[in-house]
Amino acid sequence: MAVTTAPLPTLKPDDFKTDQEVRWCPGCGDYSILAQMKKALASLGIPREKMVFISGIGCSSRFPYYMNTYGFHTIHGRAPTIATGLRLANPDLLVWVVTGDGDGLSIGGNHLIHALRRNVDIKILLFNNEIYGLTKGQYSPSSRLGTLSKTSPGGSFETPVRPLSLALAAEATFVARTIDVDVQHMVHILQRAAHHKGSAFVEIYQNCKIFNDGVFEYATDKSVKADNLLYLEHGKPMLFGKDRNKGIRLNGLKPEVVEVGKDCGLDDILVHDESAEDPTLAYLLSRFVHDTSRDVARPFPEPVGVLRAVRKPTYEELLDARIADAIARKGRGKLEDLFKAEDVWTVE
Amino acid sequence: MIPENGSATLTTPAAEPREDRSSSDRPSRPIQILSEATIRFAGDSGDGMQLAGTQFTNTSALVGNDIATFPDYPAEIRAPAGTLAGVSGFQIHFSSTDIHTPGDELDALVVMNPAALKTNVKDLKPGGILIVNTDNFTPTDLEKARYARNPLEDGSLNNYRVIRVPIAKLTREAVSEFKLSPKEADRCKNFFALGLVYWLYERPLEPTLKWIHEKFAKNPQYVHANSAALKAGYNYGETLEISHVQYQVPRARLAPGTYRKITGNEATVLGLTAAALLSGRTLVYGSYPITPASPILEGLAEMRRYGVKTFQAEDEIAAVGIAIGASYGGAIGVTGTSGPGICLKSEAINLAVMTELPLVVIDVQRGGPSTGLPTKTEQADLLQALFGRNGDSPVAVVAPRSPADCFDMILEAVRIATQFMCPVFFLSDGYLANGAEPWRIPELARLPRLTITFATQPNSEGWNGPANEAAIDGEGGGAGKFLPYKRDARLVRPWAIPGTPGLEHRIGGLEKQDVTGNISYDPLNHEHMTRVRRQKIENIADTIPDLEVWGDPDADLLMVGWGGTYGAITTAVERLRRRGFKIAQTHFRYLNPMPKNTEAVLKRYRTILVPELNTGQLCWLLRAKYLVPAQPVSKVQGKPFLVSELESAVEKVLGLKSN
Repeated sequence: MAVTTAPLPTLKPDDFKTDQEVRWCPGCGDYSILAQMKKALASLGIPREKMVFISGIGCSSRFPYYMNTYGFHTIHGRAPTIATGLRLANPDLLVWVVTGDGDGLSIGGNHLIHALRRNVDIKILLFNNEIYGLTKGQYSPSSRLGTLSKTSPGGSFETPVRPLSLALAAEATFVARTIDVDVQHMVHILQRAAHHKGSAFVEIYQNCKIFNDGVFEYATDKSVKADNLLYLEHGKPMLFGKDRNKGIRLNGLKPEVVEVGKDCGLDDILVHDESAEDPTLAYLLSRFVHDTSRDVARPFPEPVGVLRAVRKPTYEELLDARIADAIARKGRGKLEDLFKAEDVWTVE
Repeated sequence: MIPENGSATLTTPAAEPREDRSSSDRPSRPIQILSEATIRFAGDSGDGMQLAGTQFTNTSALVGNDIATFPDYPAEIRAPAGTLAGVSGFQIHFSSTDIHTPGDELDALVVMNPAALKTNVKDLKPGGILIVNTDNFTPTDLEKARYARNPLEDGSLNNYRVIRVPIAKLTREAVSEFKLSPKEADRCKNFFALGLVYWLYERPLEPTLKWIHEKFAKNPQYVHANSAALKAGYNYGETLEISHVQYQVPRARLAPGTYRKITGNEATVLGLTAAALLSGRTLVYGSYPITPASPILEGLAEMRRYGVKTFQAEDEIAAVGIAIGASYGGAIGVTGTSGPGICLKSEAINLAVMTELPLVVIDVQRGGPSTGLPTKTEQADLLQALFGRNGDSPVAVVAPRSPADCFDMILEAVRIATQFMCPVFFLSDGYLANGAEPWRIPELARLPRLTITFATQPNSEGWNGPANEAAIDGEGGGAGKFLPYKRDARLVRPWAIPGTPGLEHRIGGLEKQDVTGNISYDPLNHEHMTRVRRQKIENIADTIPDLEVWGDPDADLLMVGWGGTYGAITTAVERLRRRGFKIAQTHFRYLNPMPKNTEAVLKRYRTILVPELNTGQLCWLLRAKYLVPAQPVSKVQGKPFLVSELESAVEKVLGLKSN
C-alpha cells in the first residue's frame, strides 16, 4: 500500500457516499456490504483518490457507482484483468474487485484463478447469493443441488463450485468468508483484506431477497446459526455451538465434529493457524458445507473468518525486482541505445 | 580476415581454410556483377533453413545491399521429417538498387531433400542454379515426397544448372573431429549449405562466424563444428568450382545514414519501446502467445529497462483487459494478437470505445477464418477491425506498409490512442511481421513527440447541469466538480487517472450521459453519444497526412493498396510504367479515418484497381463510402502478391503493351 507522508486523512463513512441513487432491490444484502465497506475504508487512513473499485457485470457490480472513490464498471467477468492492468500502471493504489458468483465463478472463472495464482495485490470480494439476480433468476455455478430456478425446473443437478476451495486451489494468499448481516465481522474482514499484501479473496454470503431468499438462513437465523457456523480465530481452538462445546478434531486426514468434555478434552481440538504455509488444513475447512440433504448425526459448521493469510511476494514486487535487475545489469534504457543494439552499417 | 577458429582443421576436399581473401589471392575465376538476385533455402523444418536464411540476410544487409525477405514455414514445429508438409523455406531478395519485394522468381535454390525440391522448384527461373543435397535422395526420401522416379536422374531438371553436393556427408566429415553425435553433426549441415551460397555470391563469412561464436559461447564444440561446416561449404565451392562463375551484388545506393536490418515485428517492438521513452510513461503490453504475433511479446519482454512491462495473460481477453486497466491507470496500454485473438477481444475493445480510454490493438493478420493458416499471411481482418463489434463502435485503424514502417505506424497508433482517447487498431500481417528490410535508424531529434497530459483540476466551471431532463443522478452544475465526459474542441474527454485528488469519478460500459458520465438510458442522449463517438474518430483526420499519389499525372488507372502489399504494388507499377502504361498508385496507411483527400483522389481516375490479400475488403469499403467503380484484385493463398500477378491484373484491364 501507499506510504504517504501527508497526515493521514480522517474520513467518515459518509465521505464515501456518491450522488448516485442506489438501485438495488429493497432488502438486498448488498446494502449492508456497501455500508460496512464505507466503515472499513474510513478506518484505513488512505485518501479516497488512492482507492479504486473495479467490477464486472451483475447486481454486485453496480457497487463502484456508489463509492466516492475511483470506480470502473467493466464487462462480464473481466474485472480482475483490468484491476491487474491498473496495478501494473500504478502500484500505489488500493484496488478492490467487486464480483458475484456468476461474474467471478462462471464467465470470469479463469481470470479469478490466475489473478489469485499470481498474487496480484488486489482485493477480490465475491458477493455470493447463489443465483443470477440481474438477469432475473437463473441458477448460478454456486447454486446448491436442487436449487429451483427458471432455468433449472425440477432443481439444479450441477455440482456447485465451492469458492473458498477454488481460491485455495489457486494458491490464494488470503482467503476469508463473511456474511452480509454480520456487520462487525464483515468490517473486520474487509479491514484485514485491505491490509493484506497480495491478492485477497473474500466470499460474502449475500441474500437475494427476490430470487433466492433465505438460502443462508441457517447462517443468519439467530436460533440456529451458532450450531451452523464456525468462527475462525487465529491461534484459537475451533469451537462452535450455542454452548461452545462442540469442536473440530482431526482423525488422521479426516476432520470430525466432537463434543468437548464428552468425546475428548479441549487439547484435542484443532487450533486454527491462518498463517500455515501449507494450505491443506484451510482446504479441509473450506469443504465444510451446511448439508441438509443427508441424515448426518453431527453436521459440520461452515467456517467464517480468515482461512488463510500468508505473506508471499506479489506479482508487482517480483516484476519490479526483474526491472531493477535489468537496470542494474545494463543501465536504464535510453533512446540512444535502443536502436543500436543490433549490428548496424553506415551509408555515407 | 576470417577469425582464427581454434584447432579446427578441415577434412573436406578443401585443404586449408582460406586465411586471406584479398584480391591478390583470388583465383582467376570470372565474377559476374548482378544488380540483384533472389535465392531461397528450402529443407525440412528441422534443417535450420530459417537460420540459414536469416544469416544470409544479415550478411547481405551488412555488406550494404537492399534486402527484402520472405520466410515461409509450416505451422507444425516438426512435421514428419522429409514430407511435403514439413518443408520450410526462406527467400531473400538482395540488390544494389531500391527493392520492395522478396522477388517473384528465384535465381538460386538450395534444397536439402526431395520434398523441398518438389514444393520449390517451380519458382526457380529457367537456367537458375539448383543446389541439391544428394545425400537425402534415397528411395525412402523420394517416396516421402511422392516422387515416382528420382528427379535427379529422369531429366526433369534439365532446365536448371543443377549442382549436386553430398551436403550431409561433407558436413559430417568437416565436423568429425569435434566429437559430436551423428545427430548433432547433421545439425551443422545448414551452415555448410550457407557457406556454399556465400561462396557463390562472394559474401564474407565474418558476420556469421561472429554470430556462431556468440550464440554457442557456452558450447565450444558447437562453435568449432558450425564454424568448420560453414567454412567447409565455402571452401567446397571454391575448390571444386561448383560454378564456373561467381556473382557479386554490389552495395545499394541507399540514402546516407546508419542502417540495421529489421523485421516488422522487431520494428513494432522498437516503436512501442520508443513510445514509452518519448512519452515518459510506462508501456504495458498484455498478450497471449499466438502465431505470428508472439515475437512482439518476446521482444518487449527484453525491454524492461526501457519502461516496458509485459504481461503474458491467461487468455486473449485477459490480455486486452490488462491493457485497458493500464490505460485507465495512465500507462500506455497495448495488446497484441492475430485474427482469432481479435474475435475474443471484441467485447473488451468496445469497453474502451465506451469508456473512451486509449488502447492500441495489434493484429498481426494471418490466414483465416478460425485457426486458418497460422503461419501464412493474409489481409482479411480489415472489416473485422472496422466493424467486428456490437453496436455502432468506431475505432481508428492504421496499417504499416513495410516491415520498417511498423516503427512509424505503431508510434502513430500510440499517438492517436492517447490524444483521442480511443482504441486504435494496428493491422500488421504475417508477411510484414517476419519479412526483413534495411531500416535507416531515425535521428532522435526527428522522432515525433508524444505528449501525454492528464486532468489535474475539476472542470465544471461554467457548466450548469445536464441539458436534458432525463438525468436523475448527480444533477446540478457549479464549480469544483469533475466531469469525466466534458469534451474539448476535438470532442476528446479528459484522461483523469486514479490517484489524482479531487477527480474521483466512475466510468463503465453502460451508456453515459454526455459531460457528467453518469449512467443514462435517455434515447436522445444515446443517439447524441453515438454520433459524438463517431465524430471524434473522424476528427483524427485533421492530424494525419493526405494520401500521396505516385505515377503518371495523366494516368488511366489508379492502383489502390493498403498495408503489407505496398512493396509488390510499387514494383508492379514501376515495371508497368517502364513498359509504357499510364498508371498511378496510392496506398492507405490510415484506414479509419481515411485521409481527407481520399474522395478527391479516387474521383480523378476512371479505373481503380484494389489489390488485396482477401476477397476485396478495402474495395468494398471504397465502393460503399465513395461510390467509385473500384475493382478488386484478390489473392487468398496465404502468400504475398507476386509482382507478375499484379502486372497481369493491370494488363487484363488495360490490354497488353509491349515496349
